[in-house]
Amino acid sequence: MTSPIPPVRPRVGLFVTCLVDMFRPTVGFSAVKLLEDAGCIVDMPMDQTCCGQPAFNSGDRDSAKKVARPLIAMFAGYDYVVAPSGSCAGMISKHFPELFADEPAILADVKALSAKTHELVSFLTDIMQVKTLNVQFDGTVTYHDSCSGLRELGVKQQPRALLQTVSGLAIREMKEPETCCGFGGTFCVKYPEISGKMVGDKTADIAATGATTLLAGDLGCLMNMAGKLRREGSDIEVRHVAEILAGMTDHAPGIAGRDPEGK
Amino acid sequence: MHRALPVAIRKGNNAMHVSTSPKFRENAHDALLDQSLQRALGRLKTGFKDKRSAAIAALPEFEALRDKAVEIKNHTLENLDHYLTAFEANVKANGGHVHWCKDSEEACQTILKICRDKDAKSVLKGKSMISEEIGLNAFLEKQDLQVVETDLGEYIIQLRHEPPSHIIAPAIHVHKEQVADSFRATHKGRDPNRVLDEPRDLLDEAREVMREHFFAADIGITGANFLIAETGTSVIVTNEGNGDLTQTLSRVHIAVASLEKVVPTLEDASTILRVLARSATGQEMSSYTTFSTGPRRAEDLDGPQEYHVVLLDNGRSNMLGTDFQDMLRCIRCAACMNHCPVYGAVGGHAYGWVYPGPMGSVLTPSLIGINQSGHLPNASTFCGKCEEVCPMRIPLPKMMRHWREREFEKHLGASSVRYGLKGWAFMASRPRLYRAATGLAARLLRILGGGRGALRSLPFAGGWTQIRDLPVPEGKTFKQLWEEQQKNKSRQDGGPK
Repeated sequence: MTSPIPPVRPRVGLFVTCLVDMFRPTVGFSAVKLLEDAGCIVDMPMDQTCCGQPAFNSGDRDSAKKVARPLIAMFAGYDYVVAPSGSCAGMISKHFPELFADEPAILADVKALSAKTHELVSFLTDIMQVKTLNVQFDGTVTYHDSCSGLRELGVKQQPRALLQTVSGLAIREMKEPETCCGFGGTFCVKYPEISGKMVGDKTADIAATGATTLLAGDLGCLMNMAGKLRREGSDIEVRHVAEILAGMTDHAPGIAGRDPEGK
Repeated sequence: MHRALPVAIRKGNNAMHVSTSPKFRENAHDALLDQSLQRALGRLKTGFKDKRSAAIAALPEFEALRDKAVEIKNHTLENLDHYLTAFEANVKANGGHVHWCKDSEEACQTILKICRDKDAKSVLKGKSMISEEIGLNAFLEKQDLQVVETDLGEYIIQLRHEPPSHIIAPAIHVHKEQVADSFRATHKGRDPNRVLDEPRDLLDEAREVMREHFFAADIGITGANFLIAETGTSVIVTNEGNGDLTQTLSRVHIAVASLEKVVPTLEDASTILRVLARSATGQEMSSYTTFSTGPRRAEDLDGPQEYHVVLLDNGRSNMLGTDFQDMLRCIRCAACMNHCPVYGAVGGHAYGWVYPGPMGSVLTPSLIGINQSGHLPNASTFCGKCEEVCPMRIPLPKMMRHWREREFEKHLGASSVRYGLKGWAFMASRPRLYRAATGLAARLLRILGGGRGALRSLPFAGGWTQIRDLPVPEGKTFKQLWEEQQKNKSRQDGGPK
């Protein structure tokens, strides 16, 4: 796939995602650092909330549009829109044109937004041509390929390529890193027993690698797997891949991890 | 000598056309607790999936073949009336008969009439999902016809009075020990101490029992993987050879097929065959690919005296021109269910109707109505694996989403979900209110979680905490921290140098 040559200092609008905003701001700041280090000028429009995916996937197109529509104007002035999530980036880049297909008046603007929206790690490697990172992480990690990033956006080698440049870090692959963790948005609460079976198979696969840290690029999947590992009493640390790549692991304990100071 | 049919077969009931899809949640619950089923499902991972990957890796032009196969089917569906009419004309030219049936009832009655006209007593069946769809076995048995399934998997579930749990491996949920039990209970007059430990033993015994039926059969019913318009041919693919015997040894061959099975030419069928077996079982070709064109001719050594094709619509023509037309490209390879993590967790019976897995979750609502099958398109994480492996590139997750939309439009889902979504959309389209609310929620959850980092339970979040802990937020939201950071920056920038 050929990538357009980016402007020397592209203006990036960060779509931080609703889950990162509320649960894990460290991922947002990791994204900002990675983007700035790569030469981007980063801004975060304050009025953003969510991409509308929960409603879109629940069949409620009206609500999805209501939430999604403001993003079209909000991000119009940026060269790129970047999200630390394959799922939300996929929603904007792959599904917005379908969602607004019946509104010809704004469809061109929607398509322009879709075309410039990227998932964080693949944006760094494929558009900004980041090859190496000057960070340290002593540990063995395993990487879960979140479904939307993998199958909608082709995010597979990019995070592994960057992780391999982190000094002190070793990757041990799961048997089935591409198998869904059972999150699936509202699926995990609508069908908790099936979701439980899926995430149980996933945590068994994770544990079998012997890795001490689990990484992925989507907070929904990470919260599902971290919550299950925690329930099982596992001490495997769970982090968004951006936290490692930005060298910001000291900003917060792992997801669902105990606060070392016991606050 | 014609031994009497096993009692189990004579009394066999097939309640498949009664849907338990509305009870999907309960079905899934039971399936997850069924140790025997879970053991059987574990085999899926190393069976079909690995074999498919290997077969596709060995065929560099596989992706191009997929594109070609999609093109053939799309073209056919756009001109379905033309190709079906051509198919009918060519079947007739070869001396066969075509029966157009709008629904299950018509199809069953048509088949019964053929049986009655030939004064038939027994019916042999090759594997056919369409016959499951129309509830054919139960219907014929009610009319005092003896029905014997000849595909080993179908035979096993017939003895167990069960519907298939998979479209190409109907007895995938059954262990060989259970098969041995069924055989001992059904095949009377054999040595009770005979060895039935290995699949080979079971196969040999089934063959012996089956052979007698083959020679005595009046009517042979098969499905069809393809109907070829230019030649008036029906095609089946099998691995046991039972389909060939069923249709050549019987006096009458009836092929039961839904109307979207038609393709224009032999060449087109060959193209799709190249993706079918690879996607299904990882074989380059099935062991048997059988082309049936008309009844036995004067110079033929064998073959049926009569050849009938029962062409079933059963709701499919209503899918043409809708969001669901692409589903009619399906060639029933089962790759979607073999790779589906939800199917892998609960198996086929939980879906509650004929077609399980992702293809069923799209097709079933089209055939029996979304109000009867609302769970099916909802019970998906939209992981996209089904679409990735579908040889016909059917956008299964997208079509499941369309079903969710229909459901939402008709107010069929839970009203709590409906109001929840509307409430969430109200908040998420008011940025200041949203910021305040999420800021408050993040703080509250943080306080509740203490230093533990996760909650074991939380009111109104039982669906989440039943299975897993809820990770608690860091404390402040990203937007709060970002705003503070921006203020500090501008203070520094604006302050004394």
